[in-house]
Amino acid sequence: MSLLSVNNLAVHFDTPDGEVTAVNGMAFELERGQTLGIVGESGSGKSQSVLALMGLLAANGRAEGQALFNGQDLLALPEAALNRIRGNRVAMIFQDPMTSLNPYLTVERQMTEVLELHQGQTRQQARKHAIEALEAVKIPDAARRVGLYPHEFSGGMRQRVMIAMALLCQPDVLIADEPTTALDVTVQAQIMALMRELQRTHGTAIVMITHDLGVVAGLCDEVMVLYGGRVMEQGSADSVFERPSHPYTLGLLHAVPRLEDQGQRLTAIPGAPPNMAHLPPGCPFCERCSLAEARCHSDRPALVARPGNGWRACHKSPAQVAAAALTQEEAL
Amino acid sequence: MWTYTLRRLLVTLPTVLAVITVCYLLLHATPGGPFDNERNVSAAVLANLQAKYHLDKPLWQQYLYYLNNLLHGDLGASFRYADWSVNELVAKALPVSLAIGGVSMLLSVFIGVAVGIGAALRQNSRFDHALMLVSNIGSVVPSFVIGPVLILVFAIGLHWLPAGGWNDFEPRYLVLPVALLSFINVATIGRVMRGSLIEVLHSNFIRTARAKGLPRRVVVLRHALKPALLPVVSVLGPLAISSITAALVAETVFSLPGLGRLIVNGAGNRDYTLVLGLVVLITVLAVSVNLLVDLAYAWLDPKIRY
Amino acid sequence: MKLLKPFQNDALVAELGAAPALPEGRSLWADARRRFGRNHAARASVVVLLLVGLACAVGPWLSPHAFDSADWGGMNLPPTWANGHWWGTDDAGRDLLVRCLIGGRVSLTVGLLATLASVSLGIVWGATAGFIGGRVDALMMRVVDMMYAIPYLLIAILLVTLLGRDFHLVVLTITAFSWMDMARVVRGQTLGLRAKEFIEAARAMGVSTPRIIAGHIVPNLLGMVVIYTTVTVPGVILTESVLSFLGLGIQEPMTSWGVLIHDGASVMEVSPWLLLFPAGLLSLALYCFNFIGDGLRDALDPKDR
Repeated sequence: MSLLSVNNLAVHFDTPDGEVTAVNGMAFELERGQTLGIVGESGSGKSQSVLALMGLLAANGRAEGQALFNGQDLLALPEAALNRIRGNRVAMIFQDPMTSLNPYLTVERQMTEVLELHQGQTRQQARKHAIEALEAVKIPDAARRVGLYPHEFSGGMRQRVMIAMALLCQPDVLIADEPTTALDVTVQAQIMALMRELQRTHGTAIVMITHDLGVVAGLCDEVMVLYGGRVMEQGSADSVFERPSHPYTLGLLHAVPRLEDQGQRLTAIPGAPPNMAHLPPGCPFCERCSLAEARCHSDRPALVARPGNGWRACHKSPAQVAAAALTQEEAL
Repeated sequence: MWTYTLRRLLVTLPTVLAVITVCYLLLHATPGGPFDNERNVSAAVLANLQAKYHLDKPLWQQYLYYLNNLLHGDLGASFRYADWSVNELVAKALPVSLAIGGVSMLLSVFIGVAVGIGAALRQNSRFDHALMLVSNIGSVVPSFVIGPVLILVFAIGLHWLPAGGWNDFEPRYLVLPVALLSFINVATIGRVMRGSLIEVLHSNFIRTARAKGLPRRVVVLRHALKPALLPVVSVLGPLAISSITAALVAETVFSLPGLGRLIVNGAGNRDYTLVLGLVVLITVLAVSVNLLVDLAYAWLDPKIRY
Repeated sequence: MKLLKPFQNDALVAELGAAPALPEGRSLWADARRRFGRNHAARASVVVLLLVGLACAVGPWLSPHAFDSADWGGMNLPPTWANGHWWGTDDAGRDLLVRCLIGGRVSLTVGLLATLASVSLGIVWGATAGFIGGRVDALMMRVVDMMYAIPYLLIAILLVTLLGRDFHLVVLTITAFSWMDMARVVRGQTLGLRAKEFIEAARAMGVSTPRIIAGHIVPNLLGMVVIYTTVTVPGVILTESVLSFLGLGIQEPMTSWGVLIHDGASVMEVSPWLLLFPAGLLSLALYCFNFIGDGLRDALDPKDR
C-alpha cells in the first residue's frame, strides 16, 4: 500500500468573482523514500494542492477528494487529529524562510516546541536534539546559534533551520513548497544536496513543489506537470524529460536556456497564465498551445496512459507531440 | 538595551525642559502674575513667594533656583493660599488621581487585550460586530457625555452607586469614574488589538506554526500574541496622554478631589504658581509613562533590542 | 498623460507605510465619488450635517424665542409640544432648542476656524519639511513629536490661568494642538512625490514650476488633505467642547455645546433633558463627521481597510 494516496483532489475558493477552482482532478501515489516533483507556472495550483493536504487552506478555501495517509483521509480529519500528524509524520517547509520563521521567538523555542509536543520530550532533551538537528544540516557552531533569533541568520542558513525543524520528528513525508526559489543559485545547490543526503539517511518521501525543471531533474523520481489546476502529464522523471508527450511539457523543457544554445533566441511559451476564474471549457492550455485544434477548445482531454509510464491529458497523439519536438529542435 | 534607554532619555529630557521653561517664562510675562511687581497678594503669600522664588535676584538666577527646587521635588508656593505649599496640596490630591488612573489603566489593558483577541478570533461574527459597535461609542462620544449619562443611569436611575464624591478610597466611589476611563480606553485598545491580531494571523510564520501541528491556543498565545501586542503597546503612549484629559473630565464630573480638580480650580482662581507646579508635575508623569512604554516596546521586539 | 512609470523607492515606501497610497491623477475622483456615494452611512451623514448646520445658522431667527430671553413664567419645563418650548427650558426659562442651535453656531464656527487655521499650518509645515528635507526636515518633525508629547489640556489651562477666558485664545489653543496630523501626512506625501520620476520628467520637458505644483503636486496632495481635514474637524469640535465643559473655553453670555452640557450635567437630577439634548446633538455631529471621514478614506483609498 502506498504511503500517501491522493485521489481526485480538487480545491475551490469562494471569491467575490464567484467560485474559483484552483486544483482539479489531481491524483498520485507516493511510496516510501520516493520523491515526487510537482511542476507548473505561478498560479497553476501546485501550492494550493499541498496546502489542502496539510489543512492549511485559507478560510475561503475548500478541498474535495481523498488523501489517504496510513489509512486516514487527511482531508476528512478533524483539527485535533490532523495536528497529531502535521509536523510529526508529515512535515512541510515553505518558500520564504525570512517570513516563515517567527521573528519574535528564538530558533531553539521554535524547534523544541515540536519535540515537546509530538514526542513528549522535556525542554532539556528537546534542546539537545535541536542542536543535533542543526548540526545535521551543517549549521556551524550550532550550540550557540540555537539561541539566536531568525533575523540573525543568513537566508541559506534560515532555510536549513526550516529543514532541520521539519525533520525533527523524522516524518514519513516532507512537503517542500519551492524551498529554493527565494535563495541564490549557489545556496540552492547546497540545499538540494542537503535534501538528497537527508532523504538517504532518513528514508523520507518528498513532495517537491517547484517551477524549476533543474531542481526536478536533480532530485525527483516522479514528476507531475500542472497547468490551470489540472494535470497535463505525470510519470517517472526520466521518461517525462526524455520523451515528453504533452505540448506544455515540451514548451517548458524548451524554455530552459542551455549553454550549447549560445547566441540563440530564448524560447518562451507565448501568452500568459490563464485567469483561474474564467477557464476555457476545453483544455486549459489550448489558448497557448501551438498544436491546438478546434476540439481542444471545446472538449477537455481526459487523463490517459502515456507511452512508458504515467498519464497524459492531450487530444493530440504522443507521435504528433514528438514530431513537434523535432521541428522545434531543428528550428533552433 | 541600555544604549536604547539612554537614547530615549536624551530625547525626552529636552521636551520636559522645554515645557518647564516655556511655562516659567509665560508666568513671568503675565501682568499681575507671581513675578510681577504689581502683584496683588497678601503679605503672608508674598513672604512665601520671596522665599521660594528668590524674586529679588536677576531672572536667570531665579530660573536656576526654580530648576534646583524642582530637582529637589519642591514645586513651589501657592499664590492664593498662604498656608499651603504646592507640595502639600499635591500630596493630598495625587493618591486619588493615581488610584483611579492606575486601576483604570490596568483594567483597560487587560480587558482591551482580551476583547481584542476575542473579536479577532471570531472575526465578522455577531460578537465581533457588537464589540466593534460598542467600542465605536467609546471613541466617538466624548467622555463628558458618557460620564453624566453613567450617573444618570446608575446613580439617579437605578440608585446603585453614588453620583460622585469621595470618601477616603471607599470602593463605591471608585466604580463609575474607573468605569468611564476604562470604557474609553478599552475602545481604543480593543480595536487596535483586534486589527493587529487579525493581520498577524495572516503571516507566513503563523502558517508554519500550524504546519507543525501546534494546537490553535498555542499558535495564538505563543506565536501570534507577542507581535500582535506591539501596535497595542505603541498606542499606550498617546493613550496615556489623552487619558489626562479624560481624567480631568472624570474628576470634574464626579467631584473627585484629585489633581484634575486641583488644577482646574487653580485655573479658575488664577493661582499661577499652583497651576505651574501642577503642569510641570503632570508633564513629567506623562513623559515618564511614554518613556516606559517605549522601553516596553523595545523589550518585546527583539529586532530593536539587538 | 502618464509619462514614465513612477520609481519605487523601497526605503521610502517602508517609511511611508503609515500613510495610504495616493490616487494618481484626476480620473480617480470620479471613481472615488461613486464609491463614496455607495456608502450609506457617509451619505446620510452629509445630509444630517447639512441639516444641522442649516438649523444652527437659520433656526434661531425662525424661533419665537431668543436664546437669552428668560421666560419667568416657564422655568425648568420639560420638552413639550404645546407651549412652544419643544426641547424644554432651563432654570432661567430660556428655550433649550434655541440655545442648542446658538451653541451649535459657536461650536461649528470655532470648529471651522480652528480647522482652517490648523490645516493651513499643517500643510505649510509639512510641505516645507518634506520639500527641503535633510536636517531642516528632521528638526521640524522633532517639533511635531514634542507637540504630540505635551498634553494640550495642561497648556490650555495654563493659558487660561494667565490670560483669562477669551474666544480668540480658545481658537488659538485648539489650533496649536490640532495641526500635527496634517503636517505629518503632508510631509510624508511630499517626500514621496519628490522621489517620483514623473516630476523630474515634467521638469526636463520644460514644464514650469508653478505648473508642476498645480498639475502634479496639488492633485496628489488634495486627496490626503481632504481626508485629514474631515478627521481634524471632529477633533477640534471635541477639544472646544472639553475646554468649555471644564469652564476654560467659551464664556457667558456666549454658549456652546460644551457649556450647555456642563450646565445640563449639573442639574441632570431634576431636568435630564437639559443634558441629553445638547449631548445628543454633539454626539450626532461627531458621528456624522466620523462616518464622512471613514467614507472618504474608503473612497479615496480602498486599500486602507
